[in-house]
Amino acid sequence: MSATHDHYYLPNPSPWPLTASIGLFSMAFGTALTINDLGAGPWILLAGAVIVAFMMMRWFGEVVSESESAAYNAQVDMSFRMGMAWFIFSEVMFFAAFFGALFFERHFSIHWIAADHIQWPGFHAVWPTSGPKGVAFKPMTPWGIAAINTLVLLTSGATVTWAHWGLLKNNRTQLIIGLVLTIMLGCTFLALQAHEYYMAYTHLGLTLKAGVYGATFFMLTGFHGLHVTIGTIMLIVMLIRSIKGHFKPDHHFAFEAVSWYWHFVDVVWLGLFIFVYWL
Amino acid sequence: MASVAATHAEHPVGLKRWLFTTNHKDIGTMYLVFSLLMFFVAGSFAMLIRAELFSPGMQIMKPYFFNQLITMHGLVMIFGAIMPGFVGFANWLIPMMIGAPDMALPRLNNWSFWILPFAFTLMLSSFFMPGGAPATGWTMYAPLSIQAGVGMDCVIFAIHMLGISSVLGAINIIVTILNMRAPGMTLMKMPMFVWTWLITAFLLVAVMPVLAGTVTMVLMDRHFGTHFFSAAGGGDPVLYQHLFWFFGHPEVYIMILPAFGIISQIIPTFSRKPLFGYESMVFATASIAFLSFIVWGHHMFTVGMPAPAEMFFMYSTMLIAVPTGVKVFNWVATMWRGSLSFETPMLFAIGFLVMFTIGGLSGLMLAIVPADFQYHNTYFVVAHFHYVLFAGAAMAMMGGSYYWLPKWTGHMYSETVGKWHFWLTTIFFNLTFFPMHFLGLAGMPRRIPDYALQFTDLNRVSSIGAFGLGLSQLLWVYVVYQTVKGGKKATDRVWEGAEGLEWTLSSPPPYHSFATAPTVK
Repeated sequence: MSATHDHYYLPNPSPWPLTASIGLFSMAFGTALTINDLGAGPWILLAGAVIVAFMMMRWFGEVVSESESAAYNAQVDMSFRMGMAWFIFSEVMFFAAFFGALFFERHFSIHWIAADHIQWPGFHAVWPTSGPKGVAFKPMTPWGIAAINTLVLLTSGATVTWAHWGLLKNNRTQLIIGLVLTIMLGCTFLALQAHEYYMAYTHLGLTLKAGVYGATFFMLTGFHGLHVTIGTIMLIVMLIRSIKGHFKPDHHFAFEAVSWYWHFVDVVWLGLFIFVYWL
Repeated sequence: MASVAATHAEHPVGLKRWLFTTNHKDIGTMYLVFSLLMFFVAGSFAMLIRAELFSPGMQIMKPYFFNQLITMHGLVMIFGAIMPGFVGFANWLIPMMIGAPDMALPRLNNWSFWILPFAFTLMLSSFFMPGGAPATGWTMYAPLSIQAGVGMDCVIFAIHMLGISSVLGAINIIVTILNMRAPGMTLMKMPMFVWTWLITAFLLVAVMPVLAGTVTMVLMDRHFGTHFFSAAGGGDPVLYQHLFWFFGHPEVYIMILPAFGIISQIIPTFSRKPLFGYESMVFATASIAFLSFIVWGHHMFTVGMPAPAEMFFMYSTMLIAVPTGVKVFNWVATMWRGSLSFETPMLFAIGFLVMFTIGGLSGLMLAIVPADFQYHNTYFVVAHFHYVLFAGAAMAMMGGSYYWLPKWTGHMYSETVGKWHFWLTTIFFNLTFFPMHFLGLAGMPRRIPDYALQFTDLNRVSSIGAFGLGLSQLLWVYVVYQTVKGGKKATDRVWEGAEGLEWTLSSPPPYHSFATAPTVK
């Protein structure tokens, strides 16, 4: 035990965290100005995004080269694993806020509004609804694109696991084919969701402004779609690293972290399919 | 060992040391200095508030600006002074207490800190935006926050940044505690401060993302036409309160559990006895954390909830008194028949014990639904939470700073100035906040810049107390500055009764705490 403690990797001072803060600040400040039509908002936002993208390439790049030069011992590996697991837990709690809003409005708010005959006469608490003053819209159906997307994501969970089995057996071909399939399925999901959003806005009258149904639908599926996008980008990085010959059967934390993240996105989708589309 | 030595050699000096550092002590120092700075920024807002309230009628500012000050005093004290202050203590102490060379994820640690100055630049810039800072109170209730000006967007994004900082900082602390302990340092041998931070960090990871989601909904309602909090679209402003307080109540314990940890280190040292009931302290802390998730409704008894919900939140809230009582009695039992001595940290700990208990008991009063209907939104609430947040959280940090400064700097502080600081703080604190109980019970509402004539005398007392309280804190800055600069050399153990790994290191400790892990028997 003490031997591993002796070699815990302590990184040298690094400029990337500060760069990340500058980028984050520019993005936040730029967005605040942009949504209020003030000054050079979009440019500050864009500069922030460029800084963040550059920072991520450099910071992750350093970590990758440290990892490939075997700087990390088992204890460092465990720190990364625990860190990723707790990060995913924080993401679960982020989605919980929006699921909580959905349940509260569906099971309490609209009933309380309907019970107020004086202020909101003629309103009936039937889900889905856009509220007493809301616009007319048609809700999403579960057994169309949403069901296909469920199959797409569940299949992608299987292909990423198959890729992992390939890595464990040191079968590079299986690893790379598995990752390519997973990325293709992720992109398919996103393309179908983009089509679904397009249909919602042009044919169903279902927009962000369509009362609580529209708000919860787009915020839940939108943040999920954002996570699928991030997950797909991470899978592409894993594919590039796999092609370059990174990872060993007993040393591939980054790959596992991405696959955990991918499964997390998958499970959130199941919650969405059941509570947003189906029930 | 090789990598540790290499890191040591590449340790930059000057400004770069602080900007790029991956060292838990440097980062801890930056957190503490930043927290002290924000303490004075938010404190100056409080001084302006008390100046306005010195006399009835409008004195020195417009009501709208008064409300901006109320908002920013709360936000900056909570997110800028108290939370980063405790993270500073965690950074300095946890690796030393568990026998680790540093925090588990040092670069992330640097980022967690360096988000803060940028986030507060954004938050404080709201004062200079069209419409000024939000005048919503720190709770940012909808629909007020939906209608507020540009400053609200700055605060929303600042909260997003602070959320990233807190979650990453908390993950780092959890991973450090679970993965970096020296051989033999089992969980039930960890110092109480480490235990309280482990549980606090769990609370942070669980609730900060909920706040981020909630303010995102506010942002969407403000700019993108959603109806989360608007009845016209089927939404509900009460939903905002539920979401906010689902974060907000655990947040209260995020600000007090590390204080419990600090007090649990100080009292045994100056009683020269081990902490009484260590296991029960651990389980009480965990119970408080669990209960914090199911009591949020007590902040909104008067908003209109079904009676069964009010009953549930009343009884679950009153249950918290049980584990909290366990803690208070354990601290008293630790002192019982101990060889007590009363150096400055011990004075602050005893002050904490007495005044935090007053705040705890007024909290119990507020938990009672029919009584709360009377107290709600009055100065009684303001008195209550300043007894737990100032006399609780802030005074625990003051005590902690005197307790560990000799270890951190290698110099003893001036006991005379320290004791003056304690007594002036305690007297002026009570002068400021004790009258607020009476003002509240007599019906003076909070967050209003004017009041009826009969409240004048007690408000004058309160304002004089507040100015004294603010000025006394300059003594703290003075004594910290003096101790960092020089002073009597501190021994490694510093205090006769001090126990724990941090006291086995030199004063000041080496740059990397335990390059070789100690073995704990």
